[in-house]
Amino acid sequence: MTAPATTQTAVLAEPTAPGRLASIADSLIRSIGPIILAFLACGLILLVLGRDPIAFYEDIVTAGLLRPSGLQDSITRMAPILLIGVGLIVVFRATLWNLGSEGQYLLAAAMVAGLGPIVLDTVPAPLGWVVLMLVAMAVGAGWTLIPALLKAIYGMNEIITTLMMTFIGVGLANLFVKGPFKGTSMVPQTAVIPKGMMLLDLPVTRVHVGVIIALVVVVIVHLALTRTSFGTRLDVLGANPRAAVHLGINVPRLIVLAFVISGALIGLAAAVDILGIFGYMRADWNPAYGLKVIPLVFLARLNALALIPFAAFFSVVSIGGEYAARQAGLPSDFLLLVVGLILIFMVATQYFSDKRARGERIVPRRRKASA
Amino acid sequence: MRVMADAPAPAPATLSSTAGTPVPAVELIDITKVFPGVIANDHISLSVLPGEVLCLLGENGAGKSTLMSILSGLYRPDEGRIRVDGSDVRIDSPRRGRDLGIGMVHQHLSLIPTLTVLENLMLGSNKGIILDEKTARTRIADLASTLGITVDADARAGSLALGQQQHVEIIKALWKGSKVLILDEPTSMLTPQGIAELQKVLVELKTSGLAIIFITHKLHEAIAIGDRVTILKQGRVVGTIGPEILRSSTPQQLQRRIVATMFGEEADEVADVAELREDLEGHRVRRTMSETPLLELVGVSAPGHHGQYGVSDVSLAVRGGEILGIAGVDGNGQRALAEVIAGQRRPSAGDIRLAAASIVKLTVSSRQRLGLRYVTDDRLGEGVVRPFAVGMNLVLKRIGDKPFWRRGTIDRVAINATARELIAQFDIRTPSSETRIGKLSGGNIQKALLARELSFQPRVVVFSKPTHGLDVRTIAMVRERIRELAGRGVATVVISTDLDELIDLSDRVAVLFEGKIAGIVDNGPGAETRIGELIVGAQAA
Ligand SMILES: Nc1ncnc2c1ncn2[C@@H]1O[C@H](COP(=O)(O)OP(=O)(O)OP(=O)(O)O)[C@@H](O)[C@H]1O
Ligand SMILES: [Mg+2]
Repeated sequence: MTAPATTQTAVLAEPTAPGRLASIADSLIRSIGPIILAFLACGLILLVLGRDPIAFYEDIVTAGLLRPSGLQDSITRMAPILLIGVGLIVVFRATLWNLGSEGQYLLAAAMVAGLGPIVLDTVPAPLGWVVLMLVAMAVGAGWTLIPALLKAIYGMNEIITTLMMTFIGVGLANLFVKGPFKGTSMVPQTAVIPKGMMLLDLPVTRVHVGVIIALVVVVIVHLALTRTSFGTRLDVLGANPRAAVHLGINVPRLIVLAFVISGALIGLAAAVDILGIFGYMRADWNPAYGLKVIPLVFLARLNALALIPFAAFFSVVSIGGEYAARQAGLPSDFLLLVVGLILIFMVATQYFSDKRARGERIVPRRRKASA
Repeated sequence: MRVMADAPAPAPATLSSTAGTPVPAVELIDITKVFPGVIANDHISLSVLPGEVLCLLGENGAGKSTLMSILSGLYRPDEGRIRVDGSDVRIDSPRRGRDLGIGMVHQHLSLIPTLTVLENLMLGSNKGIILDEKTARTRIADLASTLGITVDADARAGSLALGQQQHVEIIKALWKGSKVLILDEPTSMLTPQGIAELQKVLVELKTSGLAIIFITHKLHEAIAIGDRVTILKQGRVVGTIGPEILRSSTPQQLQRRIVATMFGEEADEVADVAELREDLEGHRVRRTMSETPLLELVGVSAPGHHGQYGVSDVSLAVRGGEILGIAGVDGNGQRALAEVIAGQRRPSAGDIRLAAASIVKLTVSSRQRLGLRYVTDDRLGEGVVRPFAVGMNLVLKRIGDKPFWRRGTIDRVAINATARELIAQFDIRTPSSETRIGKLSGGNIQKALLARELSFQPRVVVFSKPTHGLDVRTIAMVRERIRELAGRGVATVVISTDLDELIDLSDRVAVLFEGKIAGIVDNGPGAETRIGELIVGAQAA
């Protein structure tokens, strides 16, 4: 239900000004409301655990936003989230479920980390970056091809196939890192890209240009989705696949195209991370972005521009939250709890406001005994 | 008894009324419902007695479906009261409506496509958790035989033709032993025989004390079936014809009277409607037709989906300027035939030619570019994209084309300009071109669908039930456009279950029976009887 509903908001443009205001207010409430509720609920859990919720949230804000180093880390963290996010938005708008972003990301990351030192050693750094980004995009895109073709030709459920490809992708990435790409050190990891060959930082910051790339990509994807015939076709497929056939849209081709773009953007996220922050890849390393980005994408109602504030918010929470959790003596997984609660409250808010829009009671009437 | 549970104290007014006139089964008092940009119902009051059929008439968008959705609990009124058996009730959900004995067949069918007919019916009953399958089967068989129809209880609902789904919906509405039965355009997809059957059933139901509200656009049906006729216009009641007048006037007088009330000053435009004319034959104009066929099907076979009839070995030729009618009970291969021509279904054998060139290997969009159009009968299922704006829906078959997309980017100004033109031309009642199409009334969605296909220079058009759900005036307008189209040399195929329509429009009528062409009849004196025989499968002599 969530996905089609989101496509609907994209076309919902009631002409009257008060109507538009009301609908903006409505979507604000629907987006921010769940977050506030989630923080309240989390506060309760913290209280139960004997922690001080106020101090916890203070730590998050201080470490993730107010401290200059924290702020820069938060901004940097936005890059992969934005890129993976728009990668998901492209397919989700067509109600195609690419749940294999982890496999696509890690495989691309392994390629960039493995080939990076060699490529950057042979060609000038800027050219090397471009080549490596293209390689990552090709790998990410390629890894969606099998599920995409199976879906396009046989209508096979892409949820299952993308998840299965993730298992293979993760395994394969580790094989590469432990085998052909293994560096000279004892630890199973790739060779390290020298500091001087990493993506440039923006002047006077530690924020690398990958963030700018990500923001530009977000805007481009947004324009492609809202302004081009490709975007319209995706929305038609998402809202009514039978209509897509009737209207003469080449559905199989569109499915493959959407998946390939999705995989490419996710691959680009991996390249930006490796070239901008890490410089190498260790075996069994997995930032597991997929799980965290999916809720954000729905909070943004599959709108690429709306993803930016949510990605920023999430980055602050995760950078600040790591610190806050450490201070409170909680595992950093505690943050996943916050994200999970946000998602649940989001679904609930959507459900109840739909129900109210239909004029039904939110609290079910007690059914009186009758014959 | 169920009502008592909700409204324990009957109002004194009810007591006094029991003494004189009978208590209405339902009473709607001053109902008002406002949607953004439209007042769908504007202080409407009406009532139905037990054992009475009330016919609701009114042009497309008059507010009929909205009013009935309020009565059945799907919508909540902004103002007004509802009384059932004389007591005030609040119907705040469809379930509550069902509990009060109000059954409704919606204009747009609402079966769950992935469930079987049996499962769909048992879902609706919501009596207890453990469902008694055997009793249910018996009940289906009983209801089907009373209705004079056959229903495959184990067929998946989504696999049935729309006409068959409509049958199931009627059974579903009767399933729970309703007190009030609402039928929103139940006959739009039935053959004349089917309608006659339904009419018999309704007579039986009303003698058993049911109150029936029957929405239709066919005047003769309203006159034949209704004990009273109420006419809505722009959300208001503009006229009611009581039983005395209904009984004492001739059908012609009544039809004129209804049309005059429905359309007021504009009634003259409607004088041309087939229903109002005594001699259909006289109206047919001779058109010049091309020498060679423009559309040709040669031995075409295609599989049916989910147990529905496909087509087998169908050969047809339609000349430019010709209107070929396709008659038959819904579900005899009509969908397969239309889809095979449009390119949505791959034939297993045979050839399809457009102006002598084979198009059988071409995709839907390449065929569209050659000027082939298909107006689907499944307007919500595949015809429109409901959450999209009306304007967008009007250009959806031209995604990426100039002038709506320029250098790859959408030009909303151009889309809205064209949309406004088509909206005016086809009289689509919508608050604006940016309103979501799913919010329009059924007939207005149909108009939008027709507007989309009839614009932009077609060469061959396949219409599937082109006028279903349209009011008489719009039907006249659409049929005129179809004739005009043929007059411009377009090869036209009209698939319809409405025999009157086919007789009114076609030059020849082919009859589909179990996926095969049972015969092709030249339209003219006596054609109707001959086609009627072929429809029910009498041997071609
Ligand atoms: N859910 C909705 N949201 C907004 N407007 C609506 C909605 N449902 C109906 N309307 C509007 O209310 C008006 C009455 O619609 P309704 O469906 O009741 O007409 P109708 O008499 O049943 O017409 P038809 O003969 O075409 O079925 C129309 O203008 C329609 O656009
Ligand atoms: Mg209606």
